[in-house]
Amino acid sequence: MTVVLDDSKHASPAAAFARQINFAVVVLVVLYGAVGLLQPSYLEPAGAMNFLRRAAPLAILASGQVFVLVSGGFDLSVGSLVTITVIGGSMLTANDPSKTWWAIGVLYAIGLVVGLINGAIVAYLKTPSFIATLGTLLSVNGAAMMWCGGAPRGYLPDNFRMFGRFMFHDVPVVKVFPLAVLVLAAVAALAWWGLHGTVFGRRVFAVGDNPRAARLAGVKVETVRLGAFVISALSAVTAGVMLGGFGGVSVDVGLGLELQAIAACVVGGVQLMGGRGTVVGAVAGALTLTALFTLLTLLGLPQPLKETAQGLILIAAVAFGAWRRRRVG
Amino acid sequence: MMVKASVAAMLAAAALAGLASPAFAQNFDDPKEFQAAKDMLAMTPEGPAGKPWEQHVGGKMVDTSQYKKPGPYRICFSNASLENPWRVVGFTNMQAQVEVLKNDIKSFTVADAQAKDDKQISDISAFVESGNCDLLIVSPTTTAALTPAVEAACKKLPVIVFDRGVLTQCPVTFINPVGGYGWGIQTANFVVDKLPKGGKVLALRISPGVDVLETRWSAANRIFKEHVINVVGAEFTGGDNAKTKQIVEDYINRFGNIDAVWMDAGATSVAALEAFEDAGKPYPIITGEDQEDFLKKWKEKSLTAIAPTYPTFQWRTPIIAAVEILKGEPVSGPNWKLPQPTITQADLDKYVNDKMPPLHYAMCGCEDLPGYPQRWGGK
Repeated sequence: MTVVLDDSKHASPAAAFARQINFAVVVLVVLYGAVGLLQPSYLEPAGAMNFLRRAAPLAILASGQVFVLVSGGFDLSVGSLVTITVIGGSMLTANDPSKTWWAIGVLYAIGLVVGLINGAIVAYLKTPSFIATLGTLLSVNGAAMMWCGGAPRGYLPDNFRMFGRFMFHDVPVVKVFPLAVLVLAAVAALAWWGLHGTVFGRRVFAVGDNPRAARLAGVKVETVRLGAFVISALSAVTAGVMLGGFGGVSVDVGLGLELQAIAACVVGGVQLMGGRGTVVGAVAGALTLTALFTLLTLLGLPQPLKETAQGLILIAAVAFGAWRRRRVG
Repeated sequence: MMVKASVAAMLAAAALAGLASPAFAQNFDDPKEFQAAKDMLAMTPEGPAGKPWEQHVGGKMVDTSQYKKPGPYRICFSNASLENPWRVVGFTNMQAQVEVLKNDIKSFTVADAQAKDDKQISDISAFVESGNCDLLIVSPTTTAALTPAVEAACKKLPVIVFDRGVLTQCPVTFINPVGGYGWGIQTANFVVDKLPKGGKVLALRISPGVDVLETRWSAANRIFKEHVINVVGAEFTGGDNAKTKQIVEDYINRFGNIDAVWMDAGATSVAALEAFEDAGKPYPIITGEDQEDFLKKWKEKSLTAIAPTYPTFQWRTPIIAAVEILKGEPVSGPNWKLPQPTITQADLDKYVNDKMPPLHYAMCGCEDLPGYPQRWGGK
């Protein structure tokens, strides 16, 4: 296993980087080209911006999820956190714009607590993260339903919704620039710095690659795991604020997002058993998935067929990635 | 004799079950019902002017002298649920109406079935067994499942059913508005009238299989087909804002633009409009509902719109009818059809009210009720 670490860290960083990124980027370019062929408006700056805006929440989720995946775990609770963020946002603000900032603070606090619980269960109770976060998924979803009485009520004030909806107009070159894209850029930069530019980030790789070796080297494995889950949870709250902003109050806004986020990471070259992955890859993977969804929609496939196609293409992408890694690495 | 009776009962049950499933499902697109709704929409309602909750469209009066008893009365209400804003507004109307008639009503006891058939069946039998009800009002969760419970209750006390129906004529009266066909007719005619030649229509529906929603769509679709309207899609939104917006955005992307959005319910109409805003497209012709958020948007943006209603004022009627029945006064029945007004550009201003919350239903007929507007969340 240490060989893999050596390979990605020392052997040839440029080649390793290219190997991890290129695949998702190539697929992205091909898919986006097909999208542009079907609907030329996507090739205009406004269309491209709109595409990025749409991809932003998933890309943010993937930027958080990549920490957990690289540390050797899964975070399945993020979809439910998105739901509770949207529902909680409407319940806490009660359509009063002056409560927005306070409400967002409370929502991040909820995210922090859920992240700590996930991390604690995995790190200290030694429960596989798949089971632990599946449990939190159910509990958090249940809590969200209880909070709103099972049906979406109320409204999100406009200043809460601006993160998902606001557009800067009359911007040079692109004309319109969604605030969501700015948020995405900031979150991605922060995540990139966190994973690739800090000691903590290096420890995440070490823990995911070989926890025993990491522990022997003096890394506090528990703290690192805890940190990874907290980052993922906070990214989920961010995505929730944006999705609530874009779509308004909804009970199934977070449905299935956890799997999409994990799929985005995998498409972007993140290794499911830990120890390998990049934020750039995760974001590229999220854009690729969004391009795929857009393409299937433009083709006008009925919903069930669309879902089937999505599943098959994902499996193919992941299998191809694994095959390629075996051959090259 | 016993055997004969039970065989007869079994046959009746079988016949009923047959009625309940396939026959009922086919009836979602019944030309006769369509025509009946069309006729009702053309009729002038009878009853006190300005009080549509006391009016009736066509139909007969039923004699209730057999139920006459001295007041004040104990009224019991088995409610399907309070799971959506429409039912919350309606139930608030109902409670306020009880207050208006407090001299005639000694007690008003409510059981909330929380959208569960089995809970409502036991709620109803508990009411009947208790002996504390002079009259039972039922708003059923589902039609077929509640029929036997309502039939059992009819044997013991006068029953009023409203909103959704049951498959029996045993209640003294069944109160509801003109209905889904009427909604479909009103909305589709508006779209046909306003749509530019060759315009693209997107139909948004909540979910399949619900009679009041299925009939709205079948009636509208019948009219769209008659006029050879280009309906580019009919999608289920689950009544969810995010999903609605996503679907509309997908259609705008796919077809360049959409000229009209037809909706079988207005809860997510603002989300549908937002998709046009965010895509930088002009607003479509749209059919919504009488929720304040939609009406405000309509006025603010000068939309080409119409708001059909499934009026919440129908929740007042059962209370009024209950007192009339127990006083032995004749009531409209066995099908009491209430008017089903539509909000158009001409009377939009009358219904837009900034003081009411976004999910308030403007056609509540509640302005004259005690506690208005605070009781409905208004300012």
